[in-house]
Amino acid sequence: MNTILFIIQKEFIQVFRNRMMMPIIFVVPIVQLIILVHAATFEMKNIKVSVIDLDMSSSSRKMVSKFQGSPFFLVKHTSFSEKEAQTEMKKGNVDLILQIPYGFERRLVKENTAKVQVVVNAINGASAGLINAYTTMIILDFNRELLIDWLTPGMLAATQNITISTSYWYNPKLNYKTYMVPGILCLLVTIISFLLSGMNIVREKEIGTIEQINVTPIRKVEFITGKLMPFWIIALFELAFGLLIGKLLFSIPIIGSLWLIFLSAGVYIFVILGFGLLISTMTNTQQQSMLVSFFFMVIFILMSGLFTSIESMPVWAQNLDRINPIAYFIRIMRMVMLKGSDFHDIRESFYSLVVYAVAIISFAVWRYRKVT
Amino acid sequence: MLYGAYEYRKLTTSPAPFGEGAGGGAIEQRTANGEQRMTNNENIITVRNLVKKFGHFVANDHLNFEVRKGEIFGFLGANGAGKTTTIRILCGLSYPTSGEVNVAGLDIYRQRNLVKRNIGYMSQRFSLYDDLTVYENIRFYAGIYGLGRKEIVTKAEVLMNRLGLEAARDKLIRDLPQGWKQKLAFSVAIIHDPKIVFLDEPTGGVDPITRRQFWNLIFEAAREGITIFVTTHYMDEAEYCDRVTIMVDGKISALDTPSELKKTYAAANMNEVFLKLARTAINEE
Repeated sequence: MNTILFIIQKEFIQVFRNRMMMPIIFVVPIVQLIILVHAATFEMKNIKVSVIDLDMSSSSRKMVSKFQGSPFFLVKHTSFSEKEAQTEMKKGNVDLILQIPYGFERRLVKENTAKVQVVVNAINGASAGLINAYTTMIILDFNRELLIDWLTPGMLAATQNITISTSYWYNPKLNYKTYMVPGILCLLVTIISFLLSGMNIVREKEIGTIEQINVTPIRKVEFITGKLMPFWIIALFELAFGLLIGKLLFSIPIIGSLWLIFLSAGVYIFVILGFGLLISTMTNTQQQSMLVSFFFMVIFILMSGLFTSIESMPVWAQNLDRINPIAYFIRIMRMVMLKGSDFHDIRESFYSLVVYAVAIISFAVWRYRKVT
Repeated sequence: MLYGAYEYRKLTTSPAPFGEGAGGGAIEQRTANGEQRMTNNENIITVRNLVKKFGHFVANDHLNFEVRKGEIFGFLGANGAGKTTTIRILCGLSYPTSGEVNVAGLDIYRQRNLVKRNIGYMSQRFSLYDDLTVYENIRFYAGIYGLGRKEIVTKAEVLMNRLGLEAARDKLIRDLPQGWKQKLAFSVAIIHDPKIVFLDEPTGGVDPITRRQFWNLIFEAAREGITIFVTTHYMDEAEYCDRVTIMVDGKISALDTPSELKKTYAAANMNEVFLKLARTAINEE
């Protein structure tokens, strides 16, 4: 027990004597939260539109002005040539072409129906879907206004028997930041604990001090516990610091229990530290360790449900996510922070993390060799 | 400049056992004074038919030798002769392929952790933490050997005093000259009063004066009853040893006192002995 304290003491001295550590601990979370939360958003604003209005009627102008008035769209380009509009799209200047054909208003009046053409840049399928949805909303709105103008009140009432009123739960203002902050916090804790722990033991291998430790009677478990504890504490501190910034800067809600957040984080960090340790038992230089850590981290992060929802992944990918610790933790964090879920609600993810932590740390300890 | 001052103090105040100045004088004195130490015929290390293979390469080929309690045992050989492999096995850092190894009366296979309590080790690679101070390094290693906090404080004082490092107590290791680092590394390796200390090329890359000072530390430890097992490829250091083993291509080709070896091989010094033995290896190839 005493031995562990000596190792912890030494690790803390080394961590805080490293000039890069203070910036890493305090600046990285602030920068990450500020940049990522604002940048990693799916909300679309200022979709650039090219308008080809061949009708030049009052109705067509009314439709164009609805696009102009929407905060989502920005009419960047107008012309009478389809070719010109397509060139703009190719150059990347616009993402949507709205073409109103000649005779639009006349057909609308005479036949009660008319067509417009919408061309969407669908390189990014997800945002194309959103652009399409916003466009449809504007055209439907336009349609409804036409009905109000043209129909008698009685007929209008008949067409609007069913109305849908939506209320958004847990994030009523559909604030994207509220959704992103818990995820970014998970990322922060992960990166700090993964990289630091992975590199730490490898560093001792590199400089040769591991030999000196291996000739002492110290037990594997003591050594590893002493090595991991400081990073566990730093990572938990990092989470607390990140939560504080999230609260102060983004006023994100923390509805659930803070204890539950930290309890889950405590278990989760053990999983990540175990991973780092495992990698450091398999590599010989800090460079190797970095590369291997990165490989896993990129896959885990992209599949974690941070940016794309896990439910919309193919089934095999969802199954693969069962071994993705970040996915469990992000789920727990979002549930507890935004929904106020209690332990009973998150128990499945929580127990998964516990099993994971025990398994990976035991494996890493077993892999760590004092004797070759 | 600062460290120059420490060295000066060290040279003047500490009772240098074998005169710092004259080069060869120390050797004769040491061998002459050899009986002052508690060298006896009790074996502290016994190695029987030790074999270590790495794939097809045989690094240690049926080694047999004993080290006597309290002696300075020199382990010589060219680079790649298998010295480090043997020392790593004796320290419990590496598994032997076969053979019996007994260190400090303990079996290396079954009592590995007990063996580790009784030995100290200083490798050719630098073993102190660059980013810790002198005192922090001492405290850390003493701590993981299980010494108590109070004991560590007294031991550290004595150690720094002996090395003349009191003023450098809070200096980072990376700011110390190489020679001081090595002397400190040695003192840290015996902080837990082991029965045996293994030194794997401890004086690599230091100047002759520092090497001499380093050997003074070794003699001091030997006088306190610690058995010294040292590998080197400086042949003048071989002369300081009570007995010397010369390893060639994974085998022991000679084991005796330096004077007997010189007699047997009709050589003027250990360097000649070594060259004669090493030449046989080349002839065999």
